[in-house]
Amino acid sequence: MSAKTDVKTFFGFKGITLLCLVILYAPLIVVTLYSFNASKSITVWEGLSFHWYLDVFVGPESAKFKQAALNSFVIAIVAATLSTAIATAAATAIVRGGKFRLRTASLGLISLPLMVPEIVTAVATLIFFNSIGFTRGFLTILVAHTAFCIPFAYLPIQARMQGIEDTYEQAAMDLYATKTQAFRRVLLPLMMPGIVSGFLLAFIVSLDDFIITNFVKGAGVETLPTAIFGSVKQGLKPNIMAISTMLLAVSIMMVTISYFVSKSDNTK
Amino acid sequence: MAGGAASGGSAASDTYAKARHWLLLPSWVVVGIFVLAPVLMMMVYSFLTKEFRGGVIWEFSLSAYDQFFFDRGLFGDEPAKIDWTYIAIFWRSIWQAGAATILSLLIGFPTAYFIATRPEKNRAIWVFLITIPYWVNLLIRTVSMKFLLRDQGPLNDFLVNIGLIDTPLHIINTNLAVQLGLFYSYLPFMVLPIYASVERYNFALSEAAADLYATKWVTLRRILLPAVKPGVIAGCILVFVPSLGAFLAPDLLGGAKNFMIGSLIEEQFKGNAGNWPFGAAISMILLTMVLTILLIYARQQRQAEDLS
Repeated sequence: MSAKTDVKTFFGFKGITLLCLVILYAPLIVVTLYSFNASKSITVWEGLSFHWYLDVFVGPESAKFKQAALNSFVIAIVAATLSTAIATAAATAIVRGGKFRLRTASLGLISLPLMVPEIVTAVATLIFFNSIGFTRGFLTILVAHTAFCIPFAYLPIQARMQGIEDTYEQAAMDLYATKTQAFRRVLLPLMMPGIVSGFLLAFIVSLDDFIITNFVKGAGVETLPTAIFGSVKQGLKPNIMAISTMLLAVSIMMVTISYFVSKSDNTK
Repeated sequence: MAGGAASGGSAASDTYAKARHWLLLPSWVVVGIFVLAPVLMMMVYSFLTKEFRGGVIWEFSLSAYDQFFFDRGLFGDEPAKIDWTYIAIFWRSIWQAGAATILSLLIGFPTAYFIATRPEKNRAIWVFLITIPYWVNLLIRTVSMKFLLRDQGPLNDFLVNIGLIDTPLHIINTNLAVQLGLFYSYLPFMVLPIYASVERYNFALSEAAADLYATKWVTLRRILLPAVKPGVIAGCILVFVPSLGAFLAPDLLGGAKNFMIGSLIEEQFKGNAGNWPFGAAISMILLTMVLTILLIYARQQRQAEDLS
């Protein structure tokens, strides 16, 4: 038995794995720690304080950040909702629609935003809105986000639907349920974990996006990432670390929920 | 990033075959109009004439591509010489992305291997730990990296305090900072595909090799590595491709001297000094490079599938 485990283990791999985790988490932990720093300077540690969190909410820049946060969350919620609905419909056609000619082409089209480099999508979207004479602003950000969030919502939904055998819907239809009823009352509830994961991932992707937003936002409209970027360009300030820490907490919460929801198996 | 959506499989049925076109219509319309059409529009723009206040004149011109490769003097009347300015920026981007990929492979492969050889019930939690940072805002991660690497930053403080170095290392605004930033941005992309292929690997093969007196490293090199090669290649593509067009890491960590493709493109669309056709042309060149890499990869995948 010992010989068997021996082929598998390599000296140093465990150490490198731990190093990998340290690399991944150290910068995030350091920024979180320093967001609680009482000092005005980002270099010196002067004890624990919530000063910079207070500054984010009532300080001189609070109006800007509140507006940016509102924009970010409204865009993320609307874009994630729309892209999840579109992705659910598409996944139903791809997984439950039999074999057809446009199937591969449709899959390719849906995953297009994943294949085109983000900066290229950003440039293309800017050029597109400009050439059709659409004024850049809130609406252009929303539309662009909806489009590129589709594949992120689609992947978990498709994965989930592939795990559900169609016997449940067949059974429902044998008992005189119509196809619409079978979809709404049987398939959709079974797919919920995939849909929730898809929504949450689309939400995070929209909330996090900087490059595309930066190109299509136009003057005056800011989201959290573009506001943070603008601030960082003028120098690292402690209030940025406080905002970053809060945003970090939101992302981690979302991914954790998504992880547990997708793990829960309601087909049994 | 790359790879695209997986094709349908196990539970595929044709229950909703009649409605399939209606179900797909919204995705065709939204992705078609707001992603595909803009990319085509960008291609058109790259062949137009620039207008001086940012924008284009609808007149066919190859000058955007010409400007990328050739220098014709200030007034454009001198004989064309090859202009290395922009080619050098592309070359630097390839080099930086390559360095980040190698760095990710060195850390990512052992990590993926280690996770894949854990007891099955623990693997999901390890994978989860690796994926969390990816879902944290890329901008925030890059800013954190900037904060950490500063001359008076926590990393230097730490290294000086434990006595490893005497004077703080100057990392920020160097090529190394950009490489570290890219590496940090996309490291999880390297771990996940390698993990998936090592997990599928049949360790009986390694045992057989060991029984035939192969040493561990020979077994790793000659038996395991060829078997998990597809995962390694996928990981390298997933790190290299987004690194190539990255904007945040070079912009925030690299400073003005370490320009990469992303910043070059962004500059063409900023304010009145920009040159839209030129920006569109650079984007087209970048897109062509990326799609070529993905196409070669997809083709090799298909050949490998045909063989097995």
